[in-house]
Amino acid sequence: MDEPAGRVEERGISIGLAEGVTALLLAGVGALAILDSLRLGMGWGEDGPQAGYFPFWLGVGLIVASFANVFLAFRSGIGRRIFLTWEQGRHVLSVLLPTLVFVALIAPLGIYLPSVLLITWFMMVLGRFSWPAALAVGAAVAVLAFVTFELWFLVPLPKGPIEDALGF
Amino acid sequence: MEELGLLAQGFGIAMQPDNLLLMVVGVVLGVLIGVLPGLGGANGVAILLPLTFTMPPVSAIIMLSCIYWGALFGGAITSILFNIPGEPWSVATTFDGYPMAQQGRAGEALTAAFTSSFIGAFVAIILITFIAPLVAQFALRFGPAEFFAVMFLSFACFVGMGSGPPMKTLASMFTGFLLAAVGLDTVTGQLRMTFGSTELMRGFDFLVAVIGLFGISEILSSIEEGLAFRGRNAALNMKVVLQTWATFPRHLWLLVRSSAIGCWMGITPAGATPASFMSYGVARRVARDGNSFGSGRIEGVIAPETAAHAAGTAALLPMLTLGVPGSPTAAVLLGGLIMWGLQPGPMLFIEQKDFVWGLIASMYVSNVVGLIVVLVAVPWFAAILRVPFSVIAAIILVVCAIGAYTVKGAEFDIILMLVFGVIGYVMKKLNYPLAPLVLALVLGDRAEQSFRQALLLSDGSMGIFFGNWLVGTIMTLGILMLVWPVWSAVSRAWRVSHPARG
Repeated sequence: MDEPAGRVEERGISIGLAEGVTALLLAGVGALAILDSLRLGMGWGEDGPQAGYFPFWLGVGLIVASFANVFLAFRSGIGRRIFLTWEQGRHVLSVLLPTLVFVALIAPLGIYLPSVLLITWFMMVLGRFSWPAALAVGAAVAVLAFVTFELWFLVPLPKGPIEDALGF
Repeated sequence: MEELGLLAQGFGIAMQPDNLLLMVVGVVLGVLIGVLPGLGGANGVAILLPLTFTMPPVSAIIMLSCIYWGALFGGAITSILFNIPGEPWSVATTFDGYPMAQQGRAGEALTAAFTSSFIGAFVAIILITFIAPLVAQFALRFGPAEFFAVMFLSFACFVGMGSGPPMKTLASMFTGFLLAAVGLDTVTGQLRMTFGSTELMRGFDFLVAVIGLFGISEILSSIEEGLAFRGRNAALNMKVVLQTWATFPRHLWLLVRSSAIGCWMGITPAGATPASFMSYGVARRVARDGNSFGSGRIEGVIAPETAAHAAGTAALLPMLTLGVPGSPTAAVLLGGLIMWGLQPGPMLFIEQKDFVWGLIASMYVSNVVGLIVVLVAVPWFAAILRVPFSVIAAIILVVCAIGAYTVKGAEFDIILMLVFGVIGYVMKKLNYPLAPLVLALVLGDRAEQSFRQALLLSDGSMGIFFGNWLVGTIMTLGILMLVWPVWSAVSRAWRVSHPARG
């Protein structure tokens, strides 16, 4: 479905590289699992399999499947096609980086202020809205979230110094 | 007919005014979720699940399942009007639905989509009403070995019949099982794979994974092309609706076949997405002028929509009777059952009659409610997509973060959500199916527990998995499913290298 169109003039990350890195990471997860199961005991105890038995074989399976996937991708010959063009990558990063900052700011500032900042940033930079409009939407969403969660459903969300100063 | 009596009781529960109100709220929210990119059925239900902790379980599941039905309806709107599938299972609907809209037949396409969704769901609900109690009755005899065998079979089905390449399905599944194993081991009380981190002691919550894998990743893939919505106008008037309905008897056979495909694919965990593609493919192959598919044939809308909705509904059957969900959304609902203090599985039909039959009755009512809501409100839902993506995307990201946090009240989960989002984005682009990962994460602990309990009973002998005809048959079917892709690849290679002589 998501078969990227491999137009010749476009440049970017190749499918082969993406497949390779993904498989390597998954195999790494498998290796970690095997490592920890050896500590727990991956054999057969008196009462059936030990705690590490399941993870050990899952880890082995994951490593085997990862290598098989690299092999299959290599053999199918689509490895040189484009996985992500630089242009697409730029679009994705324009969303991913602000989201990263948003998530990083939640711990020190609570969730409300970073939400306002994220929405304002998105609307101004990606949507080319004027700052009053962007700020208004951001503030409206934050207030709506506050009313819905803290007051209506009584679910507390992360709060920071500003909410403290306001007395919540 | 004991079922009919229980069903009537269930209707009494489902028709209570507050439950009816929750139904409408659920369906409207669900259609909204289905229309917006980045908020799918599974993800939408996952975000709202923590808000239902204080509700009675019946009301909670009625609202959440209605969100699911709404999302199934809503996916078709964007497919037809905007050529953007709101949900993966409505991809096949774009093939003929969008051309129809371009020819000015949007009303006809939408009516066909909604009505066939409704019919598909209806067939599946009737199936659930009469088959589910039998399955549950039967499953009462299941021991740990049988439960493990059923789970083994459903995961084997992913490999043998799923939409992804078998090896990638396996990789995705193993990853899910490994993530499920992180944290406290319930059998021995040991900590597994936490590597000294206190945050990992809680383990990976699948709701957080779902929000990241299906929500965040969807936003990332939507933005790739610098998305701009260019939609057709939607106007449904009663005349078009009636005219389209008048043509439906002609498609009776198509509806029956598509419903059957959908029910089958929903019960086995292949799910709604492959069901819709398969149904579309079969309709095209069977039609006398199959080549005209893709240019705006109404059959090309009816087939995938019927199957997708039938599959989405039928996925609840194994979830209710065996505690083995047939789709990621059913898995999220299963997570809900556990959180409300209900034990999924066959005992549910004995101990929680009100809950089970209230839910089943609500499915009948809510699909009628859903059909009316979508037919009336299409223009409003379509208008939402005219809100610029920069606004929608930012709000969805905030909602996802709030949803991930409220699962356990842990800020670390928001970081995990983002990590899962990136993983999901890359895996989806590389054709790794995500559903096996989610189901493995949900069922991992229970699969391992049944496995170990079974071996405790047998003093460690694997023979227990072939100890009687029942468990043996299920295990054998599962193994056949696993071997199927290998067999078909080998036989294909054989045919290529040994062309038929004469």
